[in-house]
Amino acid sequence: MEKFTKLVSTAVPLEIENIDTDQIIPARFLKATDKKGFGANVFRDWRFDKNGALNEDFALNKPEYSGKILVAGNNFGCGSSREHAAWALAGYGFKVIVSSFFADIFKGNSLNNGLLPIQVTPAVLHDIFSAIEDNPNVKIEVDLESQTLSVEGTTIEENFEIDPYKKTCLINGYDDIDYLLSKIEAINAYEAANI
Amino acid sequence: MKKTLFDKVWDAHVVETIENGPEILYIDKHLIHEVTSPQAFQELEERGIPILRPDKIVATADHNTPTLNQHLPVKDLLSRNQLKQLAENCKKNNITLYELGHKYNGIVHVMAPELGITQPGMTIVCGDSHTSTHGAFGTIAFGIGTSQVAQVFASQCLLLKKPKKMRVTVNGELKNGVLPKDVILYIISKIGTNAGTGYFCEYAGDVFENMTMEGRMTVCNMSIEMGARGGMIAPDETTFEYVAGRKFAPQGEEFNKKVEEWRTLKSDPEAVFDKEYEFDAADIEPMITYGTNPGMGIKINERIPISDDKSFEKSLEYMGFEAGETLLDKPINYVFIGSCTNSRIEDFRVAANFIRGKQKAPNVTAWLVPGSKQVESQIREEGLDDIFAEAGFQLRQPGCSACLAMNDDKIPQGEYCVSTSNRNFEGRQGQGSRTILASPLVAAATAVEGKIIDITKHLN
Ligand code: SF4
Repeated sequence: MEKFTKLVSTAVPLEIENIDTDQIIPARFLKATDKKGFGANVFRDWRFDKNGALNEDFALNKPEYSGKILVAGNNFGCGSSREHAAWALAGYGFKVIVSSFFADIFKGNSLNNGLLPIQVTPAVLHDIFSAIEDNPNVKIEVDLESQTLSVEGTTIEENFEIDPYKKTCLINGYDDIDYLLSKIEAINAYEAANI
Repeated sequence: MKKTLFDKVWDAHVVETIENGPEILYIDKHLIHEVTSPQAFQELEERGIPILRPDKIVATADHNTPTLNQHLPVKDLLSRNQLKQLAENCKKNNITLYELGHKYNGIVHVMAPELGITQPGMTIVCGDSHTSTHGAFGTIAFGIGTSQVAQVFASQCLLLKKPKKMRVTVNGELKNGVLPKDVILYIISKIGTNAGTGYFCEYAGDVFENMTMEGRMTVCNMSIEMGARGGMIAPDETTFEYVAGRKFAPQGEEFNKKVEEWRTLKSDPEAVFDKEYEFDAADIEPMITYGTNPGMGIKINERIPISDDKSFEKSLEYMGFEAGETLLDKPINYVFIGSCTNSRIEDFRVAANFIRGKQKAPNVTAWLVPGSKQVESQIREEGLDDIFAEAGFQLRQPGCSACLAMNDDKIPQGEYCVSTSNRNFEGRQGQGSRTILASPLVAAATAVEGKIIDITKHLN
């Protein structure tokens, strides 16, 4: 996994609530057997109409918006457990997703792929959307070490929470498999006693 | 300390607790399928890590399989490749696979309970969010992402933070025509789609105690639709009777010993939950959804609520409905009875009972997709297939089918489908499709009438 410490980037605003993983990556694209290539189809049915024409009203297609941060409405990533959603977002180039609420499984999947989900209050989320609307080039800074998110030229400076274990993993770029394998003796002992 | 059912099962599976961090939870059974496993196999292979306990893994092909002509090679190349990959991965790693056409093949959450793989007190995971289904047996069962599939492959364990606990109690007697699907759609419509986030849910009360295992599975299946990782129901005589004699269930003396152990799996009377909800069975009616998340449900004879919330408006616009209108008499051209929520034998019995002697409306395309090969055979043994055929319904071969429309079973753009599945998200059943979730009874009635009807009037 790639290491994550600090990111300064513009952001893409997606002011829609309850974005489910079927929207992030529709099921018909789940036939691949490796992790690559999903980025091209992220939000497929919102980015393109059914004839494959670009939907110019959709935030990701608007020329004024770009960047490695996606700011999305409440309850992001609900629905199916498909990790393809995290692969698609990361594959498209996002490193951070900001929302006022994340679905459990999606949150875990993101963290396992070096994609940082940041939860802020609904009020702060609203302020971030306004800041981007006022200035699409506004820079957002995310510092994982100090767990802060700030928006340039505004008073928005927030502390966000992250599980300390997950934080260490992201900063060092290692994952749960490495950790679990280091515990194999305890696992064997558990099996011997219980199974 | 007084413990809940969830605590009891969880605590018995903790290998180690990391200071200030997650716990290492041991997994008893790992179910896999073709869509969310290939990248996990690949990950391990690339890192040169072997699969620790292949004997604790069971594989099936379900998401991406055709529901017609399963004996022929799969037409879609990508799908065929994915299925081939699963077969190769299983073979290479000594994993039991019930592939397409096998007599035990089926949707993972239908075939595992039916084979007795699912047992009370276990921890079960699968790369599929509806793994919550298995909670019906008093099992901690939940969906995981593909990275976690790889973790379980490597270590038979997961790193997890213990979720909080909630309980939903429904007491009283259900009205005629109110099915388990209505109960869970009602609960979600009341508490919302993220009431359960961060929680594991226990369902308690007469309503669940009096339910069959099939019904309990329908309820637990949709726990994820209220945001909960999983749902559980304390095992009881109904559970033990269901498990007894199944292929992979313990047999004879060993079974009796297990049952004694399983009897202790219930929340202590004074156990404390982080959150509780209580409902009265008498208030529940046949339900239907009108929007694009499973929480947007109403009683079938109610009107769509009015709200100026942006997401709500967007959702109604997608569905082509107006706030304040009724769904009764809406013409419907597609009906789907299937999915891991409602594709068990009981669901087809309910449908057949209503359909018997009637005819499918000419405008309706109706797909009946059993959850497994075994359900399919049972439908034939009980002669339900004749009832369906006489009424003009198409009985297909098992799989996920139109629940997620990865195969050819897609609802066309703009069309409504009254569906017994679990998700009414935009485009879930095909690009531009509009899903209305309902029970198998409501779905059958819609197929016969060609429109949504007030089923309560037909029952009384
Ligand atoms: S039937 Fe639908 S919800 Fe169930 S496992 Fe298959 S795709 Fe998922």
